[in-house]
Amino acid sequence: MTRAWQLAFLLALAAPVASAQEALRPYVVTGDAIQRSLTGRPGDAARGRAIVANRSAGLCLLCHSGPIPEERFQGTLAPSLAGAGSRWSEGQLRLRIVDGARLNPDTIMPAYYRITGLQRVARPFAGKTVLTAEQVEDVVAWLATLKE
Amino acid sequence: MKAARAALGLVSLFAATWAVAQGTLETRRSGYQDMGAALRQMQDDDTANPGMLFVQLGAAAWDKPAGASGKSCADCHGAASGMKGVAARYPAIPPGADKPVDLGGRINLCRTGRQQAEPWPAEHRDLLALEALVALQSRGEPIAPPADPRLAPFRERGAEIYRRRQGQLNLSCAICHDDNAGKQLAGVVIPQAHPTGYPIYRLEWQALGSLQRRLRNCLVGVRADAWPLDAMEYVELETYLMDRARGMKIESPAVRP
Ligand code: HEC
Ligand code: HEC
Ligand code: HEC
Repeated sequence: MTRAWQLAFLLALAAPVASAQEALRPYVVTGDAIQRSLTGRPGDAARGRAIVANRSAGLCLLCHSGPIPEERFQGTLAPSLAGAGSRWSEGQLRLRIVDGARLNPDTIMPAYYRITGLQRVARPFAGKTVLTAEQVEDVVAWLATLKE
Repeated sequence: MKAARAALGLVSLFAATWAVAQGTLETRRSGYQDMGAALRQMQDDDTANPGMLFVQLGAAAWDKPAGASGKSCADCHGAASGMKGVAARYPAIPPGADKPVDLGGRINLCRTGRQQAEPWPAEHRDLLALEALVALQSRGEPIAPPADPRLAPFRERGAEIYRRRQGQLNLSCAICHDDNAGKQLAGVVIPQAHPTGYPIYRLEWQALGSLQRRLRNCLVGVRADAWPLDAMEYVELETYLMDRARGMKIESPAVRP
């Protein structure tokens, strides 16, 4: 049972930091959404699913559950991701992944594409986003497929 | 069956009401209570608890003369049973000092000052073993931080660290251990983080380890810069955590997953 969380810890350290040195792409928030893709291209839903399932990349299943049955250990800190694509538009999902604190300053969900406002970040992660712009787009693409 | 369950329900309802009336409704839980039956059994059975092997090592170290003084702990302190209650009141400020030390730090003060030997580095096996031996003497004793007003600023700094978000994942200790305790982080129940069982034998480590080591695991988990093991921040956090667990029973050496 503990393996999962411990594994997350270990992998977190061992994982190559994908977003190394990449300059942050600018984006525009309109209402509660970021309408345009961060990369200018649509993401890849299959890759997005793998990122969500991966405890060192997405970390999503530490807190959320979701329609990824092969991952036995899922979190109960946050609502299920099932149906996210019917509740939110792609633009709304994008802002929730990029920087959910803009919508709810008290949210516990990490901002996946922000490097400011963080304290005492461990060396290997300093100045880096949790996900790259491409990865954010992949995750958004997968979430958008979750219609029920 | 049904009647029995109803009766049980009534009994627990009564117990809860009674506890509220007494102002003693205990919502705090030790990490022990979040473990499965097998692990609880391992902790409870001294012949199965791997922490007890370290207690034996500690007993040998207790009797062994060390340093330029040629004295053993036993030479000055007598039987280890004289250490009853000591682990329940650390961190504390030792005589002549102005900062608290944890139990390991206190033992190292005797190691250097009384035995005139080299201090043990953090997580040294002999140090952990002596901590386990000393802490075992307080098993079942309520945690009782000293009423020393000089501890207040250290406790407050600990509380402040506990509530501050940190790391790339931007989480505070409080978010997990106060607001989401009892929920599952992936497959793991988040405990309330009461330091009742240190040093602990952690199965993930396959070893006895200190509270500092456990806290480092949590810091690494949120991708925060983990302080070195001898940093004052851990003593401050422990001073706060022990106050938060005041009255809960010492269960060292505990077993944890
Ligand atoms: C530390 C816990 C945590 C992690 C990790 C996390 N989330 Fe969340 N997430 C939350 C919480 C809590 C909410 C509920 C809304 C809030 O509090 O902001 C939420 C809300 C959401 C929502 C909106 C939910 C809805 O349908 O109403 C989506 C979508 C979402 N998260 C996706 C993700 C994805 C994708 C990841 C991984 C890339 C992720 N989250 C990682 C805690 C987390
Ligand atoms: C030469 C005598 C001497 C030796 C040897 C010695 N101590 Fe001590 N120890 C003391 C004295 C005296 C105190 C009382 C506090 C003070 O004035 O430092 C003390 C205090 C302590 C305390 C704190 C007790 C409390 O009530 O807060 C602990 C724990 C302790 N010693 C453990 C050890 C251990 C473990 C060893 C062996 C590694 C050891 N001591 C070796 C003399 C000694
Ligand atoms: C993301 C959630 C999370 C955060 C943030 C977090 N922890 Fe933990 N902590 C855990 C989990 C989960 C465990 C249990 C791990 C296991 O059983 O493998 C744990 C275990 C502990 C324990 C051991 C309790 C016992 O029964 O021995 C302590 C103490 C602790 N944490 C303190 C802290 C402190 C202090 C902080 C802040 C510096 C912190 N944690 C931050 C999730 C977290």
